[in-house]
Amino acid sequence: MPSLTPQRLLGLFLVLPALAMVVLFFIVPLSASVIGAFEVEGGFMGGLGLDNIIKAFDFYAQDMLFTLVIVSLSTLLIALFSIGIGGYLTLGENPRAVAILRWLYRWPMFIPFIVVGQVLRTFLAKNGLMNGTFVAMGLITPMQATSLLDWRGIVIAFVWKQTPFVALLVAGAMASIDRGTIEAARNLGASRLRILFEIVVPQVATTLLVGMILSFVTMMSVLSVPLMINAQSPTMLTTDIAFRINAYGDYGVANALGLVSLLMASGVALVYLRIAMRERS
Amino acid sequence: MSTFLSRLDPWWLPRALVLGALAFVIFGPLANLLLWTVAEKWYFPHALPLEFGFSYWERVFSPRGNAVESLTNSIVVALLTVVLSLTLAIPAGYALARLKLPLRGLVLLAFLIPQAFPNLTVYVNIARLFYVVGLNGTIPGVVLVHTTHGLVYAVWIATAAFAAVDAELEEAARSIGASGLRAFFDVTLPLALPGLLASAIFVFLESLDEFTGSYFVGAPDVNMLPLLLYTAGAGGNYQIASITALLLLIPSIGFMLVVERFLKVDVLARVGR
Repeated sequence: MPSLTPQRLLGLFLVLPALAMVVLFFIVPLSASVIGAFEVEGGFMGGLGLDNIIKAFDFYAQDMLFTLVIVSLSTLLIALFSIGIGGYLTLGENPRAVAILRWLYRWPMFIPFIVVGQVLRTFLAKNGLMNGTFVAMGLITPMQATSLLDWRGIVIAFVWKQTPFVALLVAGAMASIDRGTIEAARNLGASRLRILFEIVVPQVATTLLVGMILSFVTMMSVLSVPLMINAQSPTMLTTDIAFRINAYGDYGVANALGLVSLLMASGVALVYLRIAMRERS
Repeated sequence: MSTFLSRLDPWWLPRALVLGALAFVIFGPLANLLLWTVAEKWYFPHALPLEFGFSYWERVFSPRGNAVESLTNSIVVALLTVVLSLTLAIPAGYALARLKLPLRGLVLLAFLIPQAFPNLTVYVNIARLFYVVGLNGTIPGVVLVHTTHGLVYAVWIATAAFAAVDAELEEAARSIGASGLRAFFDVTLPLALPGLLASAIFVFLESLDEFTGSYFVGAPDVNMLPLLLYTAGAGGNYQIASITALLLLIPSIGFMLVVERFLKVDVLARVGR
């Protein structure tokens, strides 16, 4: 146990108010919801039991899988696009194309999720501008126009909104790595794709992972996008939780579903924790 | 002519196609939203609205429409959230960047917790708690919820911003006789200011974006823009939903265009470290 020097005490004192905020307005209600997941009438020790958990799995096992698949797929696509964008910004040799990309890719970054939901709901609909443009270009006939407002719409919305954020982090990290090794590999005749995956990406792996983890947990929590783009079954757990509360006032099952999401998110958070610890040591 | 052709890169076509597709993917949805804000009549299979007009704008901004109230509430809440977040994040970020803290990694991770759990069930329980102490349905209640949610951006970026400031500058100020506080306010804080502004921007937008917490803690007493957008969209009124979305879009795009002026590479590379 390290001793409490004055500096450590001051540090704790400075961090404490912010930490107290998180404890008071998040950890406490979070604990209440975890306990709530096990609260049943007439259960063990005055009201504890697994009824809510069993019911949650009975009704929503498919949606749990659906949520995990959608969020994982989105995270993967976000990582791929971010590497592509960051890589071209770092290694691109056409200054004009680099400038255009730098200007272009960031637009959706700060657009609120609820606005992303509304924007893409209009764009991906059967009479949306996407199908309209494809018809006008002669790529499809009006009869072939289909709505993408299902699981694909959710993935598109997540990737559309989160890629710029991760790409910004990744491009920033790529810009700060040593150009010397890149130039050396280039002089030895390595292709840019090879340089990207063998030299650049390994050096920004931590930043990329942090961006992916932040995106994963953010997407797990978004209610507005699945609600606006695809609220029919199968859908995401956030929609189910809102439905349990709005339609039935069923806090038990809602809390149980929340617990499942917590477990999924903590799995990912653990990865971050291990990276953070490894960097410390 | 031959020199021109030899200078022309054979990759210009795929490059133009990819950039063009990207532009379509990014601006297509935004253009679609703009069209809806001025569409009087639009249904399948028409690729464009049948009638254009501003009658829905009049409805949104009429005294009976509640857009003005929602807009004011949203901005007041976002500004208060920024003030509270930075008041908490500046000391915390400084300590995390400069002072030797026990369990520093865990402390940093703690601020991520509010983003790492579907907020819905948490907000339901906060609403119950706030109801008991009289904070439910009040602006301070919503500000507290938004601050907790946005703290991860405030603290992480503030930490990165302070870490990017050369510690020797502060030591130099100390060695010529400045007090610890003086060195902080005259040397470290001004140098970290661009990063702190960036974190303020993130928190402001996070508050503007926030929907779930506002719904459970604020509604129906405190109306906010995202709520108006959701109810209009759920009611099938795409025009009013799109106009509200546009109101939320303007500050987001504006901030996006200036953020790199505040968030420099040296700070970005340290976020989450």
